[in-house]
Amino acid sequence: MSSLASSLQHHFTDFKQQKESVVLGMWSFLIQEVMFFGGLFATYTVFRSQYSHAFAEASGLLNVNLGGVNTIVLICSSLTMAMAVHAASKGKNGGIAFWLVLTILFGSIFLGVKVVEYKEKWDHGLIPGIHDEGLRFDHETHQPRPTGFWLYFALYFAMTGLHAIHMIIGIPILATLAINGLRGKYGPEYYTPVEMTGLYWHFVDIVWIFLFPLLYLIGAHGAH
Amino acid sequence: MDATTHHEEHHGPTVKMYFAIFAALSVLTVATVLAAKFDFAPMLGVGLGAFVNNAVALGIACTKASLVILFFMHVKYESKLVGLAVVASVIWLAFLVLITMTDYLTRTSDWHLFVR
Repeated sequence: MSSLASSLQHHFTDFKQQKESVVLGMWSFLIQEVMFFGGLFATYTVFRSQYSHAFAEASGLLNVNLGGVNTIVLICSSLTMAMAVHAASKGKNGGIAFWLVLTILFGSIFLGVKVVEYKEKWDHGLIPGIHDEGLRFDHETHQPRPTGFWLYFALYFAMTGLHAIHMIIGIPILATLAINGLRGKYGPEYYTPVEMTGLYWHFVDIVWIFLFPLLYLIGAHGAH
Repeated sequence: MDATTHHEEHHGPTVKMYFAIFAALSVLTVATVLAAKFDFAPMLGVGLGAFVNNAVALGIACTKASLVILFFMHVKYESKLVGLAVVASVIWLAFLVLITMTDYLTRTSDWHLFVR
């Protein structure tokens, strides 16, 4: 009970007030994140509206199967994260660690698949700033790429890269929570860190929910 | 926060609900891939077809995001203030994109020539 008492900060009247403040504070951070990613989504909208054919053609070079599998993997990690918060609310400290380790596992699979995809793009010479030739001309047909083709890949790497950085930041936080869970630092009265990290992790999932159709699927019906 | 919301908050989503949301998200992921592979252009014309393809993709993505926000992120069970904050972020993002597009979609100059 002493560790629980110490988790109530002195400037709050009670746990309920502290909890409400923390939840609103976390959402304020996430709204800032919406605007952070929003700039990239707005840039994407502007350039895709101008170069829709180049974007569809470039999107057709992505691996829809890997992207789709990764989407499911990330949804799995959101489920396990929700289960970790649920275990925490019931005071099951072993459950917190179990579900968080699964979340880390799914997050790592996602990042691993991302590495494979980035490697593919490297091999095909599609990295802006490095493979200027590959972005100007098709290797096989030697036909020039359409105007705006490289912009798609610049945005692809900026958006998926920023998303991946968020996951790379999230994983050590999840690991810390799992260890704290095993040390019995949380109880049904106080598990706010698990819940707030859950909000962050789900937010990252939502970003991917939009990235997947916007980046992977716009060339899927072969509009040439 | 009134008594009913507090009551709901204590219950929160059940494990069964979490798995149901997970199943719905998975089904919608498959649906968005199938919808993207379906070309509406022959049926509706190039312009409208592309619009329908985009509208379906974004509609499914928004549905998935709403499920995650309401249930996984517990917004359905939080105070109205949190819900307002979430709605505000969507409105800001809409302003950002829509007002930017009123500019770019109405330009008549060849600004795009700056892009190689």
